[in-house]
Parts: sequence; C-alpha cells; structure tokens
Amino acid sequence: MDVLPASVDELTDGLRAAGYLPGSSTALVAYLAIRLNKPVLVEGPAGVGKTELAKALAGYLDRELVRLQCYEGLDEAKALYEWNYRKQLLRIQAEADGAAWSEVQDDIFGEEFLLARPLLSAISASSPVVLLIDEIDKTDQEFEAMLLEVLSDFQITIPELGRIEASSQPIVVLTSNNSRELTEALKRRCLYLWLDYPTLDRELEIVRLHAPELAETVAHKLVEVIAMVRELDLKKPPSIAESIDWARALILLGARDIDELTFAQTMSVIVKHRTDIELVAERVGIALAPATPAP
Amino acid sequence: MSARPAPAGIDARLLELGEELRAEGLAIGTSELLDAFAALAEIGWTERERFQSALAATLAKSPEERRVFDLVFERFFFRAVEAAALREGVKERTGEDGRLDTLAGAQLDLDELRAQIAQAIADFDEARMRDLARLAIAAFGRSDQAGSGVLGVDVQHIRRALGLRSDPQPQFQPDDPRHHGLPREALRHFEALLRRELERGQIERTETLAAARPLGDLDRALPSGPTADLAAVHRVVAQLRRRLATRGSELRGRRRHDHIDMRRTMRASLQTGGVPVVIKQRPRRPRRPEIFVLCDVSTSVTSASVFFLSVLHALHDSFRQMRSFVFIERVSEVTDVFARERSFKAVSETIASEAGVADVSGYTDYGRVWSEFRVLVEDDLDPSAALIVLGDARTNGRDPGAGDFAALAAHARRTFWLNPEPRLYWNYGDSVIAAYAPFCEVFECWTTRQLEDFVRSLTGSAVA
Repeated sequence: MDVLPASVDELTDGLRAAGYLPGSSTALVAYLAIRLNKPVLVEGPAGVGKTELAKALAGYLDRELVRLQCYEGLDEAKALYEWNYRKQLLRIQAEADGAAWSEVQDDIFGEEFLLARPLLSAISASSPVVLLIDEIDKTDQEFEAMLLEVLSDFQITIPELGRIEASSQPIVVLTSNNSRELTEALKRRCLYLWLDYPTLDRELEIVRLHAPELAETVAHKLVEVIAMVRELDLKKPPSIAESIDWARALILLGARDIDELTFAQTMSVIVKHRTDIELVAERVGIALAPATPAP
Repeated sequence: MSARPAPAGIDARLLELGEELRAEGLAIGTSELLDAFAALAEIGWTERERFQSALAATLAKSPEERRVFDLVFERFFFRAVEAAALREGVKERTGEDGRLDTLAGAQLDLDELRAQIAQAIADFDEARMRDLARLAIAAFGRSDQAGSGVLGVDVQHIRRALGLRSDPQPQFQPDDPRHHGLPREALRHFEALLRRELERGQIERTETLAAARPLGDLDRALPSGPTADLAAVHRVVAQLRRRLATRGSELRGRRRHDHIDMRRTMRASLQTGGVPVVIKQRPRRPRRPEIFVLCDVSTSVTSASVFFLSVLHALHDSFRQMRSFVFIERVSEVTDVFARERSFKAVSETIASEAGVADVSGYTDYGRVWSEFRVLVEDDLDPSAALIVLGDARTNGRDPGAGDFAALAAHARRTFWLNPEPRLYWNYGDSVIAAYAPFCEVFECWTTRQLEDFVRSLTGSAVA
C-alpha cells in the first residue's frame, strides 16, 4: 500500500512537486477524496486543469493513471469489459469433438476470454490506480447509471462470472464541462469541486513554473493580458494551457516585452476563432504600448 | 430564536444547517450529511475557509448550489454566534455616549479615516477592513441610534460619506489608491462587512434576532441594472450557450425519431424485395426560427430587457435571423447596435442615448407601439417567424391596443410575452397583461432558470 498524504498541506506540496499548483479548495477536496475514498466530480470551464489534476494526483501518489475518455455513444463494451469472442470461437473449434458442451461453456466464459476495458482494469488492478473519467457530460444518462455501481461500491457485476470487487481502492476523478446537468444519483456519490480560471497571482505562478525562462515582467504582463482577454465575450476564452503555450512562444521569439506588435503576431496562440481574433485585436491590442523600435 | 432549547454540539448545528439548506431548495440527503461529517473528521477546523470548502464539497453540487450554500453558510453561522451571545448576555462595553469604548476618547480625523479605508480596500486586507468598518460606523453612522432602519440604506449612506468609489477620482494624489479608483470586488466586500457590523449592532440593541428570511428568488434573480456585474451576465450567457449547443443529444429513445421517412424507407426496402424491414426515420432537427424581439426599455424594465436582448444576441447562432426593436412611446430598431457592440454596458448606453424611443412623457404607450410596429414589419413577418415581447404590460392608463397586437400575433407563427415581473403583480395597478394573454404565450421571466426554460422552449426541436 502506498503512502497517503497526512494533511492538506502535504498534499499541496506534493501536487506542486508534480508540477500542478492547486488552489486551496482544490487541494482540500483532493485530500478529502483520498481520505474518504470518494470519487470527485470536477466541473469548470474548458482548460482550467481538470484533467491535469488527475494526472498530477497520479504522479504524486506514484500510481498508474487509467483514463476513460467519454464520448457520445460510449457503451459498456468499451468502458467495462468485452468478451473476446474470436478467442472463444477458436477455443470451441480447437476443442476436440469429445468434450461435453457444458465443459466448453464453462471454459469460454473464464477470465482468460475477458477483455478488460478501463473501468474493469482500474478495479482489478493489483496496485491502486487513479481512474480518470473524462468529460462525463458527453455520455448519455444510461451510461451514468451504469457507473453508479462502480463509483459507490467499486465493484462490477459480470453476469457470466459474478461480481468482481476492487482489490484496491482507486481514486476516481470525474470531469465535466457542465454542458448538461448530471443526474442527482451521480452527484450524490461524489465530492464536488468547481474549478474556475485562476486568480492573477496563481496564474502567474503557474506560468513561471512551466516557463521559468520568461522574464518576470513579461510573465506579469502576460497574465494580465490573458485576464483581460477572458473578460471579453469570446467563443472560446484562453485556457491555462494556452497561457503556458503563449509564454513558451514568447521565449522562443526572445520577446522582452508584450507590445502591440508582439501581441498581434502571437495572438493566435491564445485566441482561436476568427471573430474572437478581431474582437481581441480591437479591444486588447490598443491597450498595449506601441512597439518600440529595436535598438 | 427558536422556541425549543437547541441541542448542543456541532453535530446538531450541522443538521440545522442541512435543514436550512433544504429550505433553500438544495437536495441534501442523509448520505450528503454523512459525507459532511466524515469530511469534517478529516480536516482541522481552525481555518474557516477549509471548514467551509469541506462542507461545500459534500453538500453543494453545482456552481449555483455553491452560491446558495455560501450565502446560507454565512448567515447561519453569523446567526448562531449572535444567538449564543444573546443567550450568554455577552455585550460590548459601551461608553457614556453609547459609542464604542475604544473610540470614545479618540478624536477621529475623518480624512485620515477615509484614506486608511481606501488603502485597506486597495490592499484587500480583510482584518483591517473589518476593524475600519466598525470605525466607519462609529464615525459616520447616523447619530440617532436606529439609523434609517434599512440596513442597505445605511450601508450606502456610510459608503458615500466615506467617498468610496470604483471610478477614478483624479483629485487625489497619484499614489493614493483612490486616484485610480478602488477595485470593485474589494469595495463590495467592504460593504458586506459594513452590513454585517450594522446588523450586529442592531441585534445588540434590540436583543433579538430578526426572523430568518429565506433567500428567496430575489437573490437569484436576473442580473439587473447597469451596476449588475458583468461577470454574472457572462456566466449566464456562457452557460446558456453551452447548454443549448449540446441540447438535442439528450433526446433519446422514442422521442429521438418519431417520424418515418417514407422515401428512404422505400428505397431501403428494395434490398429486401420490397418488404420494409429497415424503417428509416427522419432525424429531429433543431428549429431555427426567424425572430422578432420587441423590448420595453422604459425605466421600470430597462435592465431586464437589455440583459435579455444581449442574451438573445449571444445566442445568435441558434436563430436564422434576428431583429430587435426597443420601445417606450415609439419603436426603434436596434439590430445594428448589437451587431456592432459586444459589451453589455456599451449596448445599454447606446440604446439609452441613440434609440430615440421616448417621445415626450417617457411613459410606455403600448397602443401606439403596436400600430407603429405593425406598419414597420407586417410585410416581413412571415408565417414561420416568432415574435417575442418583453415588457411589464404597464400601460400607464393608456389604451392597450390589443386589436393591433392580435393582428401581429396572427401573422407570426408563435408569439411569446415575457414578463419580468413576478406573476403575483400581474394585472395589478396599470398592468394589463390579461388583455394580451389570449394572443400569445405568456412567460414569467425574472430568474435565469426561467429564462433558460424559455429559450429552450423557443428553440425546441422539431422535424425539419
């Protein structure tokens, strides 16, 4: 059994070491999830580090990350388990005709013929894992209902085999972009965490962590501009990942300041819609100092 | 205070909190409460923030619920503390003149106090803001004990006396935080502290707790007024847009396809020798109506209507075409304004200054509006169009002109009336909503949820 964090602060430091700077409530909820063995439902706008949280947790606890990416039409066969029917067929054919049917039947519904999908492999893993169920709001309600057994009891029932119980308690992180209301039953089983865009200071810290070569003043300006852009009514506001990308782009360009020209050239890193680009250029571009002639 | 003796201990308090949250409409089951207890066992209680987030993580399961939770949490523990203080008879020592002892001797330099408060707000120094709030009440609160009796009025009175504003005040030195204006967020926080202290004072004077009022829908009403914070508007719009974008995939089972596509079914049946084995169905497509919006922008409903218009425009993708009109005494088209301006504030300013809808009196004249509007759009109004009216149907005693309205409604495919007033006030005073109700579908629309319900029914899917 691996070591669990003894306090919220310890977890905060651990996540920091794994390259993730948690807000105070993020660390707290993650801590509770580990201590109480409850799944966490993380909601928030796109690109605030919901998925990253799960990765960082896995990194910090030194566990394997099992990821289930949800999409419309995802079903049990792809999420839980599937019978490897080709192998079953081969098995039947390979069987000499002397064997009785009941024997063969017992044979071909054994674990040998089971293809474990993410949920089953997370539960049956020998060492505990971090299970990430990404974008749960993309699936349909039926799938949610199917998850309930896994989430509350950490077990899966396979009709032919019986119940498979978790040999180790996984830490479950569910993420959602809040594009549809999740069912009460699912929410009831989870701790809830709302992640929003970080404050200026925290975002500055994040950018400095991931792009340490960027000059302090530039980084400062960068997060301010990003905050300004997010204020606008955009189709897709820039995410944290995009601020980091932008910081890296600025390093590559050797920018020493974000002026009008640099901004116009690199804007496409953070804004990705034609109409958004126009709006941002108009509103933010003019707020910046005009380009200084190169010395 | 409750009549029965309250059981002691944090467990009991927590159950009471749960009760109060339920009263506000949060679905708190026993399992949630058990989780909350388990969570509290895992963390230290010395930090208020942690205590609160641990409870929130287990009890509040959506951003909306979190907001309600925070409000209730604040209120609940504040009241619990005050109730205990009343029981124990704890009082602050007061000097001869009824002011706080600590202040009695000190002659306050009011300008100095103003500067200090401004500084504390600019630094967002919680502890100093709290202390200074008390000083400010001692210095600027009404000298007569009771104040105005309405806390909100007193708070604003003190804020004005302190000269705290979020817009820049250039008369101050450049290094003074007021020179650039104070951060709005911090200012609001300071107001909340003022309010809290005033409330505390009131409880101490009257030695009773005011009855707990439910938060009510008013606290969850639509963001209104030019002072309403933009962030709230954006949040509402962003969420609505996302919901509408993914809606439709929720329709499942029988409701998803319920019309048979004969042509494709027949064609498919050729493979099976003319027997229609595979039935092809027509997928539902979201309806994209052409929309005419008419908004009352007289002072009684301005904020609600401009907000509503901006929501509709933000949702522009969902509609084939949309034209917006505003009216008070006359009608004026403002579709361009929305195409040009994207910020809520700029739009409302432009409408206020340029639309030229108020003629003389500035009072709504529905009768005249209908006849003018009819002339303006009757030719364009095709039978698939939707007509939406947003207004309180208060005619100021003038002719409602229901005949013209009925004619308009007959032209459009569907007609909606959104009334930003609670249903309770309808048909009272000069409200004549009943005169229009037979010709349109009337919706009550003053919370975001009602708005969302309405937009959903408007874009409700239909067979294309």
